[in-house]
Amino acid sequence: MIAAGEPVQRSVDSQLLHVDAAGRVRSLPRSSLIDLLQPGDVVVANDAATLPASLRGVHEETGAEIEVRLAARGSLAVDDVLRFHAIAFGSGDHRTRTEDRALPPPLEPGQRIRLGPLTAVIEQLLGHPRLIAIRFDHSAAEVWAGLARHGRPIQYAHMRPALQLWDVWTSIAAQPVAYEPPSAGFALDWQLLAAFASKGIVFATITHAAGISSTGDAELDRLLPFDEPYRIPAATEQVLHRACREGRRVVAVGTTVVRALEHSASRFGAVVAGHGVADQRIGAQTRLRVVDAILSGTHEPGTSHYELLRAFAPEATLSRADRALDEGAFRTHEFGDSVLIFAANARTGRDSCSPYTSRFLRAPDVLQEPGRLSPAGRLVGCTG
Amino acid sequence: MQTDMQTTRVLITGGTSGLGLALVRELTRRGASVAFVARTAERVANVASESGAHGIVGDLAQKLDIHRIALQATGALGGLDVLINNASDLGPTPLALLGDTQCEDFERALVTNVLGPFRLTRALLGSLAASAREGTGSVVLNISSDAAVNAYGRWGAYGASKAALAHMTRIWNEEMSSQGVKLLALDPGDMDTPMHALAVPDADRATLKQPSAAAIELADAIADLLPAGRPIAVRRAS
Repeated sequence: MIAAGEPVQRSVDSQLLHVDAAGRVRSLPRSSLIDLLQPGDVVVANDAATLPASLRGVHEETGAEIEVRLAARGSLAVDDVLRFHAIAFGSGDHRTRTEDRALPPPLEPGQRIRLGPLTAVIEQLLGHPRLIAIRFDHSAAEVWAGLARHGRPIQYAHMRPALQLWDVWTSIAAQPVAYEPPSAGFALDWQLLAAFASKGIVFATITHAAGISSTGDAELDRLLPFDEPYRIPAATEQVLHRACREGRRVVAVGTTVVRALEHSASRFGAVVAGHGVADQRIGAQTRLRVVDAILSGTHEPGTSHYELLRAFAPEATLSRADRALDEGAFRTHEFGDSVLIFAANARTGRDSCSPYTSRFLRAPDVLQEPGRLSPAGRLVGCTG
Repeated sequence: MQTDMQTTRVLITGGTSGLGLALVRELTRRGASVAFVARTAERVANVASESGAHGIVGDLAQKLDIHRIALQATGALGGLDVLINNASDLGPTPLALLGDTQCEDFERALVTNVLGPFRLTRALLGSLAASAREGTGSVVLNISSDAAVNAYGRWGAYGASKAALAHMTRIWNEEMSSQGVKLLALDPGDMDTPMHALAVPDADRATLKQPSAAAIELADAIADLLPAGRPIAVRRAS
């Protein structure tokens, strides 16, 4: 595949690889997406807007240059923006391949990092020279203003132009909680949403804090995706329960939607409105309870995104799809082309379309404790 | 009686003087979560501390400021239900005949009164549509003027820009109806504001509407467009 190196969300020649439930593969223009959907289908997208999560600055102790990429926080709460887990880099910028980026200066708890108008204190080292827990020494309002003024979207070497927030916000971008764009949603525009409405295709959303896609370090990358807080609106829960009862198809726009919906359903028996933290891995062994199809970018084998696709299609089908992507000169990365994969195992009977527990009991239980973040726990656990 | 706005998240542009300030005060009094934008940091800080609203420093006429404003508003409020595009530019002051209007003054009026609201609304359309889907209501109120309708001499830059804003509002409202987002343009009437004093320095201020009165009418108009069935609260000052 070819890297898409310009920040164009919807190019006129965007392609779509359609993999049907029987494993047949065909290339289409992405504009034909609407024709692959039926009246009654439910399309669920992640409406998270993307934070300007890359902050450049100076490590006070050494005066050394540092780039801090915010990578996780404990919840989606508007004032829970003081503590983050972050990936730190030394000098250089996105034009250097992440794998080749310098390490940050040696970091110790208690040290301060000046990031433009913001100051962060290192609270904890998380078992890897790049991974730290930080706390902004500010009010939540100051953090929002500081991010707006000084932060830049996280980007990688395949994308030369410096990205602006408008490049990475999807058309449907709402609450800013993602660290990198939920880029499958780049395929959506208001014209397509209007077409859904007139064709009787139901559109619903979740908000999921899509995390970083690469740290430049194989050991850290194995931990991706980190735990990701999400919120499922009551309206989306209702739409999905109805679709389940009526046997209609659910199409997830992006891996984050699969992660959130399947996390909720695995915990409660069916999708439940409220806050949660997706901490599971989805792969070949995962039995999908909610999602029938995924619209996604094109992914390289070996990435966590690719692993997730194994829940939808067997090895042989994905290999066929990979060949078609290469032969069709599909473009990869966040501004690239798309795949639409219908799950191979038609789920004739679903266990349940309603959650196990009553609404009264479940809502508070789903709330995440602020500050509980487990990428650290997982990393510390695996390195001893 | 009026609709309670306690769960309503509102962003108001031009929130430190005139009608914008009155709207910040009226909507916070009704219990809404309010963020506002203005250009001068010190005035933003003063209004924020007086009203309890979330102050954002930014200039709607600057392209780079738009997403920074949207980020802070949706970040701090957790989303957005109501956007009020209130910030306006008069064009040349003193007002001038079109033949005497400098192109730069006309351009500034268009950027502030049409392009700025277009950009900000577009950046926030995802949040507004999310609120419509989730049933919390979704309204964009664009502040218009009778100068958008009547051909008043010497109001050319302002009147033309407000006419464009009003027409954009009508088209966008048609386009977004399938998504449940409502856009409307309203004329609050001639008010006793700093902008009016700039436009008509010798006006009899006693004949002008108080911005606080206009703010109550506009807040009522917004409340009418929010979903029915919310609990009713009587919070209005007498």
